[in-house]
Amino acid sequence: MSNLRILVATKRVVDYAVKIRVNAAGSAVETANVKHSMNPFDEIGTEQAIQIKEALAKAKTGTAEVIVVSCGPAKSQETLRTALAMGADRAIHVESDVELQPLAVAKLLKAVVEKEKPDMVILGKQAIDDDSNQTGQMLAGLLSWPQATFASKVELGDKSMTVTREVDGGVETIKTPLPAILTTDLRLNVPRYASLPNIMKAKKKPLEKIVASSLGVDIKPRLETLKIAEPAKRQGGKLVESVDDLVDKLKNEAKVL
Amino acid sequence: MASLLTFAARRAPVRLGRAVSSISSQTRHLSSSPIDHDQKELQSLARAFADNEFAPKMQEWDENQHFPADVLRKGAELGFGGLYTREDVGGAGLGRLETSVIFEALSTGCVSTTAYISIHNMCAWMIDTYGNEEQRQKYLPNLTSMEHFASYCLTEPGAGSDAGGLSTTAVKKGSHYVLNGSKAFISGGGESNVYLIMARTGGSGAKGISCFIVEKGFKGLSFGKKENKLGWNSQPTRAVIMEDCEVPVENLVGAEGQGFSIAMKGLNGGRINIGSCSLGAAQASLEAALEHVKVRKQFNQPIANFQNTQFKLADMATSLLSSRLMIRQAANMLDQDHPSAASFCAMAKLHATDECFKICDDSLQLHGGYGYLKDYKVNVYLRDSRVHRILEGTNEVMRMVASRALLSE
Repeated sequence: MSNLRILVATKRVVDYAVKIRVNAAGSAVETANVKHSMNPFDEIGTEQAIQIKEALAKAKTGTAEVIVVSCGPAKSQETLRTALAMGADRAIHVESDVELQPLAVAKLLKAVVEKEKPDMVILGKQAIDDDSNQTGQMLAGLLSWPQATFASKVELGDKSMTVTREVDGGVETIKTPLPAILTTDLRLNVPRYASLPNIMKAKKKPLEKIVASSLGVDIKPRLETLKIAEPAKRQGGKLVESVDDLVDKLKNEAKVL
Repeated sequence: MASLLTFAARRAPVRLGRAVSSISSQTRHLSSSPIDHDQKELQSLARAFADNEFAPKMQEWDENQHFPADVLRKGAELGFGGLYTREDVGGAGLGRLETSVIFEALSTGCVSTTAYISIHNMCAWMIDTYGNEEQRQKYLPNLTSMEHFASYCLTEPGAGSDAGGLSTTAVKKGSHYVLNGSKAFISGGGESNVYLIMARTGGSGAKGISCFIVEKGFKGLSFGKKENKLGWNSQPTRAVIMEDCEVPVENLVGAEGQGFSIAMKGLNGGRINIGSCSLGAAQASLEAALEHVKVRKQFNQPIANFQNTQFKLADMATSLLSSRLMIRQAANMLDQDHPSAASFCAMAKLHATDECFKICDDSLQLHGGYGYLKDYKVNVYLRDSRVHRILEGTNEVMRMVASRALLSE
């Protein structure tokens, strides 16, 4: 029998279908009046935790408690409710109105881990807003835990897990003892829809709020964003008269030859 | 943001275009009128389901006249099979306003399929509200899961707008009622397992009508040929024929003579539901038009630059909003059991189904020749929403209901 506790980190981000725009000051992506939703990789993480819980229950080999956590402003609670509606048991909101960079989030998560003592922390491999791909790795470093990143398949063993990772050359299979950090890749699973009754029930599930400053970690931003700009507009193609013309343009205009 | 496109591609192939040109984020603010955060959550679930499960298949279902039972059951797992049915029998226990918001969102993906779901929901609600405990427990769990489908049978070949004059008879013989007659234009006819049939047990007029639960397979029940229709092609329509059809007395819903009242109460909600399906058709048509006018170039510029286009779009959005407000107000009134709910439902249905059809037509016009091609989606929204002006009471009957309320004051 194994009784697991799984912590899943989720982030509220600009919805994947929204066409993003740079704000007037050129300092950030416009987030006011823009649809937000759970980072899709975190949805995959939440789904994975729920699947592990369901598999244990079905095989009658153990139980799992799924705790979702989100660090950020008050609206992060919407994301937590979504995860609760999908099937997480309870939620923790680490509230902070200041910008949280990956290292700050990793430190906050470390504090939550020390309090909750999970057997596994699942994170999305990256958030689709800043594409940092750092938090999971930093958390593993801070905790001195093993990490299995970019997972496309997870199998639980006895106090261990076997993880298939998508790497440049193909797939790599590794085995780590628990507790460990897992970060999700796109093909790990297809997240479920939360059913209507579960959306309603999610409102009654426990959601604990912790003020970030009470955790006693330094969350000051270490990086400063100097400028955000839209990609240059694509230029239309040109027809060239001859091969010589083409070679000339490649040499003198594009300077690739 | 590289991963954005990957996600759009994986989760909703049809939205790939939108992820790039993104109609969604701006126009969906239109639908943010008077609904709260919880209702928005339901809306976003229904829209995601419509985008992923309906929209990519809509044209195929229309073309092949395919009834997507598997997708309906998948939706029922999320609660769409009994939105305003009580929870003890598997319903979602929501109100009419939430239901309207959900049907609008679903029908952006497929009007015809959503309209069938709405009829199924109306039948489930009728059994839930007017059926006895045995009937609820026997029929509703299978209906809310959509393991079984339901059909509403009021209209007859000779009794459409004059539904109170229907001629199907039900004569009590021992432990059975024997039903004779036929019902026309029955959505789900032949596919459904459960038919709510209005038949005459008493004298002429509305007070002589009773409501029965008739199962497919009851002796004497048969179906006409599958009708060939302008739209609503993802659901079959057939005549339902009763020849000495034996229905056990325990399948009478409510009391003898209560049938017409039950049928009308069901229809009040049905009118909001159908109006909501028109809203979805109009919303999707407007989104399609916005996408098209920014891409389509004439006279060396996108046609969105022309004032005619701009004014047309503004008119479409305005009439969509007014329709939505009326539908949602009427839904609220049904939730509150307001004494004027019936006439408000009628006015909302009249306004929304007429105006939204016009929005689909305007969108088709903005598409120019492309709008007339079946490769584009807008023709489906137009054809599917055309019938909303005819059924659940024609829009002429809506005027009768509304004016009757006015003149009786």
